[in-house]
Amino acid sequence: MRRNAVAVVGAAETTELGVIPNMSQIQLHADAALNAIADAGLKLSDIDGIATAVETPQQIAHYLGIKPTWVDGTSVGGCSFMLHVRHAAAAIEAGLCKTVLITHAESGKSMIGKLPRSTPPDSLNGQFESPFGVYGPPSMFPIPVLRYMKTHGITHEQIAMVAVVQREWAAKNPRATMKAPITVEDVLNSKMIAYPFRILQCCLVTDGGGALILTSADRAKDFPNKPVYILGTGESVETPMVSQMETFDSSRAFRTAGPLAFKEAGIAHKDVDHLMIYDAFAHLPLYGLGDLGFMPHEETGKFIADGNTRPGGKLPLNTNGGGLSYMHSGMYGMYALQESVRQMRGIAPAQVKDAKISVCHGVGGMFAASGTIIFTNEK
Amino acid sequence: MAEPARARPKPTPETQHFWDGTAAGELRLQRCDACANVYFPPRPFCPSCASRKVSIFKASGKGTLYSYVINHRPAAPGFTPPYAIAVVELEEGPRMMSNIVDCPQTPEALELDMKLEVAFEKLDDKITLPLFRPAKG
Repeated sequence: MRRNAVAVVGAAETTELGVIPNMSQIQLHADAALNAIADAGLKLSDIDGIATAVETPQQIAHYLGIKPTWVDGTSVGGCSFMLHVRHAAAAIEAGLCKTVLITHAESGKSMIGKLPRSTPPDSLNGQFESPFGVYGPPSMFPIPVLRYMKTHGITHEQIAMVAVVQREWAAKNPRATMKAPITVEDVLNSKMIAYPFRILQCCLVTDGGGALILTSADRAKDFPNKPVYILGTGESVETPMVSQMETFDSSRAFRTAGPLAFKEAGIAHKDVDHLMIYDAFAHLPLYGLGDLGFMPHEETGKFIADGNTRPGGKLPLNTNGGGLSYMHSGMYGMYALQESVRQMRGIAPAQVKDAKISVCHGVGGMFAASGTIIFTNEK
Repeated sequence: MAEPARARPKPTPETQHFWDGTAAGELRLQRCDACANVYFPPRPFCPSCASRKVSIFKASGKGTLYSYVINHRPAAPGFTPPYAIAVVELEEGPRMMSNIVDCPQTPEALELDMKLEVAFEKLDDKITLPLFRPAKG
């Protein structure tokens, strides 16, 4: 895809984040969408492309009263929105549509109007994983981590530091769910969820949503807020069965999506000013740092434990507090994208000074899917 | 009221041989006749070379512990926490999810790369699950 040909011209989250007992899931979509449309200074009738996940594009288009000529219902888990950005950019470049709305919402905590998730007993997951006691992401997502730690020499204390550092970022963010400082000891003494992970190494469960509006870069200067350009993109999927990953030392989907985005952007790792790595659980930033090529996996734990990703560090990572401390409705990718956009606009609560390039890396369905978007505020 | 039971697999035409195997006390895998790739989960073609000429064979039932979690909460129906959810690397190459029986469900007892052997657990007349236990000797 051509660099900087498409821009984000509208971005917003739901008015409230956290516990929102007075809104159904589809209304959270609408709340985020209306906020993003207002942010872009547009009318609903200006939107001619729509993308969403879990809910179908027809549900959201109908609810909002949008008449699209391009739709994308890619639903591959929490990184679906990274894939939507990539697909929307290609569609705008190809002339299939002009102005795309991407929405996410989830009543993850209040469970109002939330579609049930189920694993049919005759699916491969239902036959070859469910019978062995997997029960939701906390019992599945961490399954690879003990092998990762053994292969790469990563310690429990280093992974605990992921949660500690992200809480430091969250403390700077008024909208973060959890702001009180924590220590490595707090993390390692918190309630056990699925060994080796304790509750402070698992994402929050909250309600919320977010929406983005994309259009061609040629039009981007006509909008009220600073445009954020799409410099590079990548995506891939591996397997819906965590047990069937090629290896637990690394994620093949990460290794495919991340380098694709860097190649497309034409940047080196040293050019990255700001980084988001979807952190549903505390090991994901380590996988991300290694698989995106920032450093060998052996160095990821030490890199974070040494403070390189904390406020003031050389590689600011998950600056909204992440899924561990900011919010996590179930499909967090949209919130990572929102934080990258805020950083590129220069309006983030914990703003990285003079940041010009932001890498936003998402994961979906345990390690099933991945999407990487590289943003810049310079054309 | 009966205790909630663990999730019961429902075989499909492509996986029936596997479940027939466990019911007969055999762990059955598939091997590609064209490229010799051994793979899991079952399907009637090779995911490496796409050949439809594949054979079913009885695996050794031996493997090693590749990785695991010890699940505390929330527990799946039919399980009493804490219980380990393991991924076993079979001697023939493929990996599969399972549980480790005849072994304390603790980090001290569950050492990565420990040797395991299959132990069949009958759920009912049609379904027997392949579980694993520490290898003897």
